Amino acid sequence: MYGKGLRALSISTVVVIAIALALVFFWVPLEAEQGFLQKIFYVHVPLAIVALCGFIAGGIFAIQHLRTREAKWDFRSYVAIHMSLIFGVATLITGSIWAKGSWGHWWVWDEPTLVSFLIVFLLYATYQPLRFAIEDPERQSRYASVFAITAGAFVPLNFIAVRASTAYVHPRVLGATSNLPWQMSLTFLVSLLGMALLFTTLCKYELTAKHTRAQLRALRRLAERRTGTAETAVPRRGRSAAPSLHATAMSANAQHHAAEPGGARTGLR
Amino acid sequence: MSATIPGSESARRPVASGERADGRRGTTPTLNVVRALLRKELLVELRTLESVPGMSLFAVTTFVVFHFALNRNSIDGDLAAGVLWVTLLFAAMLGVNRLFVADADQGGFDGFLLAPVERSAMLIAKLLALLVYLVVLELVAVPAFLLLLAPSSDHALCSLIGVLALGDVGIAAIGTLVAALAVRTRARDLLGPLLALPLLVPIVIGGARASSPLLVLGHAGSPAARWLLTLGLYDLVFGLIAYALFDFLLED
Amino acid sequence: MQIEQGLAESPAVPRRGGGDVAESRDAEAVRAVVELDRLVRRYGEREALSSVSLSLQERQTLVVFGPNGAGKTTLLRVLATLLRPHSGRVEVLGESIPERAWAVRGRIGLLGHEPLLYRELSARENLRFHARLHDVSRERVEQLLAAVQIDRRADEPIRTLSRGMVQRVAVARAVLHDPELLLLDEPHSNLDPAATELVEPLIGAASGRTRVICSHDPGGGLAEADLVLGLREGHPALLAPARDVDAATVTELYR
Repeated sequence: MYGKGLRALSISTVVVIAIALALVFFWVPLEAEQGFLQKIFYVHVPLAIVALCGFIAGGIFAIQHLRTREAKWDFRSYVAIHMSLIFGVATLITGSIWAKGSWGHWWVWDEPTLVSFLIVFLLYATYQPLRFAIEDPERQSRYASVFAITAGAFVPLNFIAVRASTAYVHPRVLGATSNLPWQMSLTFLVSLLGMALLFTTLCKYELTAKHTRAQLRALRRLAERRTGTAETAVPRRGRSAAPSLHATAMSANAQHHAAEPGGARTGLR
Repeated sequence: MSATIPGSESARRPVASGERADGRRGTTPTLNVVRALLRKELLVELRTLESVPGMSLFAVTTFVVFHFALNRNSIDGDLAAGVLWVTLLFAAMLGVNRLFVADADQGGFDGFLLAPVERSAMLIAKLLALLVYLVVLELVAVPAFLLLLAPSSDHALCSLIGVLALGDVGIAAIGTLVAALAVRTRARDLLGPLLALPLLVPIVIGGARASSPLLVLGHAGSPAARWLLTLGLYDLVFGLIAYALFDFLLED
Repeated sequence: MQIEQGLAESPAVPRRGGGDVAESRDAEAVRAVVELDRLVRRYGEREALSSVSLSLQERQTLVVFGPNGAGKTTLLRVLATLLRPHSGRVEVLGESIPERAWAVRGRIGLLGHEPLLYRELSARENLRFHARLHDVSRERVEQLLAAVQIDRRADEPIRTLSRGMVQRVAVARAVLHDPELLLLDEPHSNLDPAATELVEPLIGAASGRTRVICSHDPGGGLAEADLVLGLREGHPALLAPARDVDAATVTELYR
């Protein structure tokens, strides 16, 4: 269910990123003011955009989870937010490098993107501790979804507020994508595409891996129930912040059959 | 005497609200529920005095600490607005932490969930209660602030109250949502503020920027409309979100 | 052997005091207060309740036995609409849970391990609060305070009352809105014999309500039961009319 298309996705990701890198390093002209350092722009901004979209996607998946109560949506929400957090860290790091290179400071308050990113990052950094602090898995998923939706709505609002409050001391090259010469725009778009593909591929990998592991556990549990031997015994899962794709993700049949054996023996319908 | 009680039809006598023709009670009207909850909330607070005195004392103490930390006798403008809002925010966190504790520990959630009521009534009641606590907090903290740290500023009190009111609604909405989220987790005292503070940054931005022209030496200006708009928009969006999501937090 | 036999029988239970099987089948068609069909409730990977099915008629008493952690409290909470079923069908008072849970909440009374009372408020204030939530009159509050004989100390905070008294107030809270279905989790814990007698008309068989009781007392529990359910690790190990079950069978559940 999760695995198909993974290979095609991975290949296209590698291809697009390779093209983007080639464009950035060999083709696109140097920017007048900042020189070579400006090339970070092609990494930093796509990272930021993809991370922000990822956070919002996490919120949308969470809405689906609350509506349908299916574990798979919580799963997607978790992976999206997880991955966006990683991309977010990368955004902050690349932004910091650029700030240091351009203005001599490792951090500047004048870039609204960077600042609102910091706040968003601080917020989402509490996502995992929140999940870990709730033991009941169903409640964990539900509370995490509530958080994801609130935080998802927060992202644009925060952006607006910070932007309104930031004094534009330095020219905002980060945001000025509209005035770029066409070579830069093209390279930027290719980078953006590559970054988006990378995000999606990584998410898919994580989803597939976890799903396969969950299916394996379910099968082992089924085997344990039927044979009841120590070999097939399934180790208890410890406390975890990650959602468990337990039986609801499996077909309803598997669950139903698992419940039958005892009943069939004693004639209970 | 006791033998006459059970199952007696007289028990089903209606209160003021109407009873359906078939004699079966429907859902209790939300207004009554909110009133009952708010009343209970304020009654418990009055008896235990857990939240409001602590919040107020914290705020005043913090102003004193700021005096020493900043090494100034008086502050105004941006600095004054910042100190005021940060202190109010942190004091509010104390209230947020205690908001649902009594319910979580003494079975208040179950008791409420068993009743035939609209579940968002609890959100409304708790939000109003937190609002009341914030108002009382400000009744103590703002005069203390003006006395201790900003005596020379020409404070436009009415406008300041307006800005504070707008900010309070946002703090109450997010505070209630986050409090309900955090109370039934393991690290409940830590998670509350940790979740709430980033979410409340826009309130700080809007509130502080709007208040800063009100706390200047000499002639006080008026708050820029865009900050009031930011506060209003925030209140609206998160008020609605809290309303939509709260029910999901109540279930077991 | 007895357990297997119990499982093989259909759970239809004739009324206490006689009536033949055919008559009871008609009664079954009339109205089951609680109808469970393969109810499953999970806690993470574990099944807290595995495929529980039963049917409880009006005015009857179901007693649930089982060791700690067997799922008794979970079952009670599902019936109280506090927990959603994960699969299977649950019907309480004719309404399907969880879709129509809101329609039956005012008609169910739960008396769990927690009294669900605010410690800083008095018995009267607590009951009045619940009365307002359930849209019940003040007179009813006073009636119940008198019935459980708390009226003399009704204005002192709950935290100053003894456990027995708190339990009595909890009973009053549970029946305040005159529920049709009573869910009781070891109701007689903390109650001395005099108090037990006191609350009998409210929550006992004489109250005329349909009841589901979780009990650890085979003798006492069986005496009150019309239908017996034995849970072991979430599985329904025993389901039979009370007359077919003896104390020894129940005790075996706990092994």
